[in-house]
Amino acid sequence: MGLIRKIAVATIALGGVGAAVLWFLSAPSRLDTAAMAAIGAGDTTRGERIFWAGGCTSCHARPKSEGPARLELAGGLELKTPFGTFVAPNISPHNEDGIGTWTVDDFANAMMRGVSPDGRHYYPAFPYPSYTRMKPEDVADLYAFMKTLPPVEGRQPGHRLGFPFNIRRGIGLWKLLYLSDQPVVAVGDTAPENARAGQYLVEGPGHCGECHTPRQFTGGLKKNQWLAGAVAAEGDGIVPNITSGEGGIGDWSESDIASYLETGFTPDFDSVGGAMVAVQRNMARLSPEDRAAIAAYLKAVPPHPNGYPARRPEASKN
Amino acid sequence: MRKLIFAISALALAGTAALADPIADRQALMKSNGKAAGMLAPMVKGEKPFDAEVVLAALTTLNQNAQKIDVAVLFPAGTDKGGDTTASPKIWEDMSGFQAKMDKFKADAAAAVAAPAKDLEALKAQFGMLGQNCGGCHETFRVKKG
Repeated sequence: MGLIRKIAVATIALGGVGAAVLWFLSAPSRLDTAAMAAIGAGDTTRGERIFWAGGCTSCHARPKSEGPARLELAGGLELKTPFGTFVAPNISPHNEDGIGTWTVDDFANAMMRGVSPDGRHYYPAFPYPSYTRMKPEDVADLYAFMKTLPPVEGRQPGHRLGFPFNIRRGIGLWKLLYLSDQPVVAVGDTAPENARAGQYLVEGPGHCGECHTPRQFTGGLKKNQWLAGAVAAEGDGIVPNITSGEGGIGDWSESDIASYLETGFTPDFDSVGGAMVAVQRNMARLSPEDRAAIAAYLKAVPPHPNGYPARRPEASKN
Repeated sequence: MRKLIFAISALALAGTAALADPIADRQALMKSNGKAAGMLAPMVKGEKPFDAEVVLAALTTLNQNAQKIDVAVLFPAGTDKGGDTTASPKIWEDMSGFQAKMDKFKADAAAAVAAPAKDLEALKAQFGMLGQNCGGCHETFRVKKG
């Protein structure tokens, strides 16, 4: 066997091994079933709190719906991102078109592992990289609450993504890099007690970091700029810096932050805008204690300067 | 007579000058709205006692500002850029939707000033109702910039 041939064979063999390793590594991994089974049935009242903290309705209600229709999780919102357009699916408890037939185990695997009941990866446009930090009992409570919502007919069209993002298996490798159920930042010992409760709400169900933290070109969050603000992933403009660093909200008191989440007004009486409007409406439904906890955590996170480039002066029309 | 014509011309000129910069004008209106909200919020939060006079003054300002908004004048085509505007291009893509938000704000502000809150509970409701207009419009029609 000539040298070139040997090299070729070795390359193919190595390539084969590499492909096998990638295939193995990218396999969807499910939660431990026994652990989930031990949690039992969730509580709908506690689940409602998690529902508003998680803001499911912001993406999964029909776009522009108002009032009670916000609880009809028919999907349809389009997220236009650099990776393509994601379409929020129907997650109402409809047996054919929604998630009506899902078990609590199916639901927990979707929320905490980003894996569908038929064993495929979900795209992280669904913010399971945050939900993976949730307590399984909170996930079970949310499941119980979502069962009480009205079932809605009708499926949404699939995502529209270009190569290579349309290959779901690739998400398995992405998860190896970015999916972690560990806390993002260390809340210092000097932080008030409720900052830890706030950390759970912000880093877990609230998934604040998904928009407020800049991303790498791979779509992974730059955790060393946690909550520093970012160029908006879809649409124009920016998502603000909510740390106490330069450009952030260092001059807001805890009560300013809690009040903003309740009323939608900043300390200088500008109003909430953009995608945060829907989020703030959800936050207004939390208890004052939960809003105060979120505020305490935000005051305790490491300060960063803005995670987005400074605004360029716009060219004049003349 | 000559004086009158002069006065009218001067007024007309001043009017034109004031409207020459729609971006600055609409921003001034929004700032004024913010100030009015700032008069009401401390009462709603319980930081200041309820004061019917302050409530009326704030609602009057809000209503005057609201009625001043003429979309064609304040948001003419081409003013999606320039200055430090944070107006979203969606205003011009969906002018009728934008106009509908403005009409609602005008109606709500007029209704509020016609029946100003007489006590704290009523003010909370009124403040909430008016405040929905701010976020309701900024949700779609304003872009947050750095």
